[in-house]
This record gives sequence, C-alpha cells and structure tokens, in this order.
Amino acid sequence: MAQAEVTHQEGHQQHPLGIYLGVWILLFVLSSFSYAVDYFQLQGLLRWSLIILFMLLKAGLIIGIFMHMAWERLALISAILLPPLCLLVFIGLMATEADYTFLARLVAFGPAAEITAPHH
Amino acid sequence: MTEETPAISTGIGADPSGLKGVVTDWSHDRQAFQVPWGKAMMWIFLLSDTFIFSCFLLSYMNVRMTTTVAWPNPSEVFALSFGGQPIPLILIAIMTFVLITSSGTMALAVNYGYRKDKKKTVLLMLATAALGATFVGMQAFEWTKLIVDEGVRPWGNPMGAAQFGSSFFMITGFHGLHVTAGVIYLIVTATRVGTGYYDRHRGGNYEMVEITGLYWHFVDLVWVFIFAFFYLW
Repeated sequence: MAQAEVTHQEGHQQHPLGIYLGVWILLFVLSSFSYAVDYFQLQGLLRWSLIILFMLLKAGLIIGIFMHMAWERLALISAILLPPLCLLVFIGLMATEADYTFLARLVAFGPAAEITAPHH
Repeated sequence: MTEETPAISTGIGADPSGLKGVVTDWSHDRQAFQVPWGKAMMWIFLLSDTFIFSCFLLSYMNVRMTTTVAWPNPSEVFALSFGGQPIPLILIAIMTFVLITSSGTMALAVNYGYRKDKKKTVLLMLATAALGATFVGMQAFEWTKLIVDEGVRPWGNPMGAAQFGSSFFMITGFHGLHVTAGVIYLIVTATRVGTGYYDRHRGGNYEMVEITGLYWHFVDLVWVFIFAFFYLW
C-alpha cells in the first residue's frame, strides 16, 4: 500500500498489478459466498446480514480499489460518498410509509375486512 | 491541448491530507478537486446516477413491502436446468461473474494505460466490451425466458405479486441500458487509444481510459446492489 502511495502523484493512479488481481479474486470469492447464501437457502436474520455484508464488502472494494477512491483526496471522497447517505433517511421514510400502507391494505382488503366491514 | 493537473500552489511543502486537506482544497481560491476535470465530472455524473438507481430500488422496496400478495421467489423464477434438476439462480450467478471479470479486465486496462502500453490497453478494453456484450446477451435471454415462457408482464404474472414484473423490467432494463451504453463507450475509447487520437490531441494523456473505467466499474457496482436486493432478497 505504501508502495502504491509513492507512485501516486499528479493525479495519476498507477498501482502494482497485484492489488487489482487480489481484489478481483476477492470479488469472485465474495460473489460465490452470496450465491451460496441462496443456494443453501439460508433464511432469516442470517440470510439478510450475510447478503448485506457481502454486498457492502464488494461495493467497498470496487469503489476503493477499482475506482481508486482510496487514493483520492478527502475533498473528492466526501463530495461523492457523503451525499448518498441521505438515502438512509429516504429508506427510513419509505419503509415506515410501506408498513402503514401494508396494514391499511390488510384492514381494507384482507380477510379481516370480511368480518369487520358490513356486507353489501 | 496539453492537459496537466494544475500544480498545487499553497506555498510551502505538500498539501495537508485528511480534514485539514479538505479545508485547504476548498478555501485556497483554486480548483477544489485535485483531479482532471473530466474525472471530477464523471464522478458527479455517477453520483446523480446513484440517486436514479436508488429511487428505482426504493420504489421496488416500497411495492414489495406493501403488497399483500406473496412475492414470486426469485430463486425459483430465475432457476435454469441443464437437462437435469433446476439449479437456482444459476444464470444470474454466471452474469455476476461475467460482470466482475469485465471489471477486472477494465482495472488492468487502466493500469496499462498509465504505463502507456497501448496494445495491452486496447486489447483489455475490447475484452471488457466483449464481456459486457455477453452480459447484455444473457440478459436478453433472461427477459425472453421470463416474458415468453413464464408469462411475466409489467402489470402481472402467474407467480404472485403483480409488481414483480414492473420492478424487474424497470431495474434490470435500466441497468442493461447502462451496460449497453458502456460497451459503446468502451469501444469508442479503445478505438481512440488504438488510433493514437490521445497521442495527437491530448499529448499522450490516457486519462480517458480511467474515466471510462470509472463508468464501467459503476455499472458493476450497481449490479452488486441489484443482485443483493432483487435476486437474493
């Protein structure tokens, strides 16, 4: 890594080939792992946490090494990587709203509606 | 046009890194991002594209959470059998590996671009384009199978929640469009490297290879999220 930092100058991103090959293999392994999660039909919390973990690791490797973000200056990193964090708020809002819609549909159209609603 | 990264002129010594560096970059009355402008602009375009794909994935999350009808099981829907028992999600797994392989060849192309190894850069970029085209081909096969054999439509399907089709076609369609555009982009840049366009017009600067690479890696990145949220969820 220190070697890579030395060769990085004047905005040029030149790193030893070994880093890329290593990341490439890691991406293959991580993808196989996520496929294995489905193949062996893991369910519940284990499934979701593994899927998210492998997804974030792959995303981090692609952005950090393949897209050279790990060697950019913090000004660029923060300008690109911080704005997507607002999406977490968006996800929260939509999930809350989705829960409400789901419950409303159950009440209005679900089996419970048959019992509570007066017959036409 | 000789494109040189502007020399850093903050006085004595090198620029500070970390948070201090952010303040320096933004407050010294100069170009804020110490990268070629094309690269900064590509990053900003990719940021906007991130929001577009996020909106698609969020709307998919919303319809999936709100439907009272069972969601079709992607593991079974996307299973393929080669003569024997169906293997779950196998086509998607192969597509994932094809795309990762293309990302690897692209990373190597960028590396050889900086080494000014023209031949290897062109060959690796063309290999990337070929793998991308393979991916689109497999996607076309997948769409055909779903539409013709399984009867999936944007407004309904025989396997469960009607929103499955619209989410699927919207998300994978938009991604496939990105891959297709990327293949064209790669071929254009590779041709320009090969014919010496950048030697004649950019003073032998191959930074366009890295910018093309940024776009291509982003397409792979989006697929990582689609794979996790749409196919595995």
